[in-house]
Amino acid sequence: MNGIPFAHEKGVVLCHTCGYVCQEDAHECPRCESPVHKRKPNSITRTWAFLIAGLIFYIPANLMPVMYTSLLSNNSQNTIMSGVLEFLESGSWDIALLIFIASVVVPCIKFLVLGTLLITCQRRSRWAMRERSRLYRFIELIGYWSMLDVLVVALVAALVQFRGLSTIEPRIGILFFGLVVVMTMFAAMSFDPRLIWDAEVEDV
Amino acid sequence: MMTSLPPTHEQSDWIICEHCDSVYESAPLKKHESAYCVRCKAVLARGHRLTVEQLLALTIAAGMLFVFANVFPVISISLKGLSNQVTLWQSVQALAHGDITLIALVAGLAIIFAPLLQIVLLFWVLIYAHSGKIAPGFKMCMRALEHLRPWSMLEVCLLGILVAIVKLAGMLDVHPGVGLWAMAMLMVLIILIAGRDIRRLWDELGVEPS
Repeated sequence: MNGIPFAHEKGVVLCHTCGYVCQEDAHECPRCESPVHKRKPNSITRTWAFLIAGLIFYIPANLMPVMYTSLLSNNSQNTIMSGVLEFLESGSWDIALLIFIASVVVPCIKFLVLGTLLITCQRRSRWAMRERSRLYRFIELIGYWSMLDVLVVALVAALVQFRGLSTIEPRIGILFFGLVVVMTMFAAMSFDPRLIWDAEVEDV
Repeated sequence: MMTSLPPTHEQSDWIICEHCDSVYESAPLKKHESAYCVRCKAVLARGHRLTVEQLLALTIAAGMLFVFANVFPVISISLKGLSNQVTLWQSVQALAHGDITLIALVAGLAIIFAPLLQIVLLFWVLIYAHSGKIAPGFKMCMRALEHLRPWSMLEVCLLGILVAIVKLAGMLDVHPGVGLWAMAMLMVLIILIAGRDIRRLWDELGVEPS
């Protein structure tokens, strides 16, 4: 494309942990002693596995309640979406939007982007390589913001503990939601963005 | 900007883009300068903003702020004459509830243990690096710092505290606590000290490949 050599053409491989330039046949980085791979091992299979696990957990995460509120003899269970709607009805649309982005938009973008990256890499597509590379860095950057809802539930549940008067407790949905975040983080970590560029070379 | 490789060159001066595997010859960068990969536009390297001495000072400050953020409550509330307050540890404990205890571990890692370990490990490697020495267990510490980075979520925690305040403000009296301010400052410091910049210690201390 622009004549910049790839590492394998120079007979070297990058250590992801310390940035050292290792010899191609190295299995361990000579400087930091981490394992070194030309490409992350079984990257596509592992990413698919974590992604599908995340998708499966995403269903109970949305259907099951994340929080139980008992406030002045007024009991209710909230799912993630009903929590968003509650904020919207009480007039704080900005907080509603924030939670909606963190808990719905971000995980969905991650599913879509990682799925697209996986499929295009499996087909060795040369389509929009630079943009796909950017997309990968983008989801790495936004991924962990989904933990927002988990932490909000934790704080609120720890605070509102007035026996007999009002209590808030976490519910099982938050476990699934947290697992979605963890699974999609693992998925993004096990994907190797260098696979996007391997379509340029014939023999990898 | 990086220049592309001449055919013969010392390998130790090479820099490889971790996003597309392009090889470049590294060039010294000044403060606030960054080098980008021509092929995929990822950041290859940044000029160092802080000296080792400054990093050490900020790490010590972060250690103190961490204590404040964890000892003092982050939010306190009152309802009909009753009041209650919460520290970070208590909010993690609130999740440790029967079936869902697993998520308490994740939350505890994200807002308490990962930042704590980052501060401790950074202090250890920097206190030696300050006098130009390689700390015992340096390799292990540096590897751990790399693996901890994605799990340290103080900025998410800070936003979470603010959302919780707004959420409860509708039904109760809510007051931000001392822990919240410490937390906000700690977040900034962690971003400054625990980034990828710390990798430079490998070169600066001249750690020899075995």
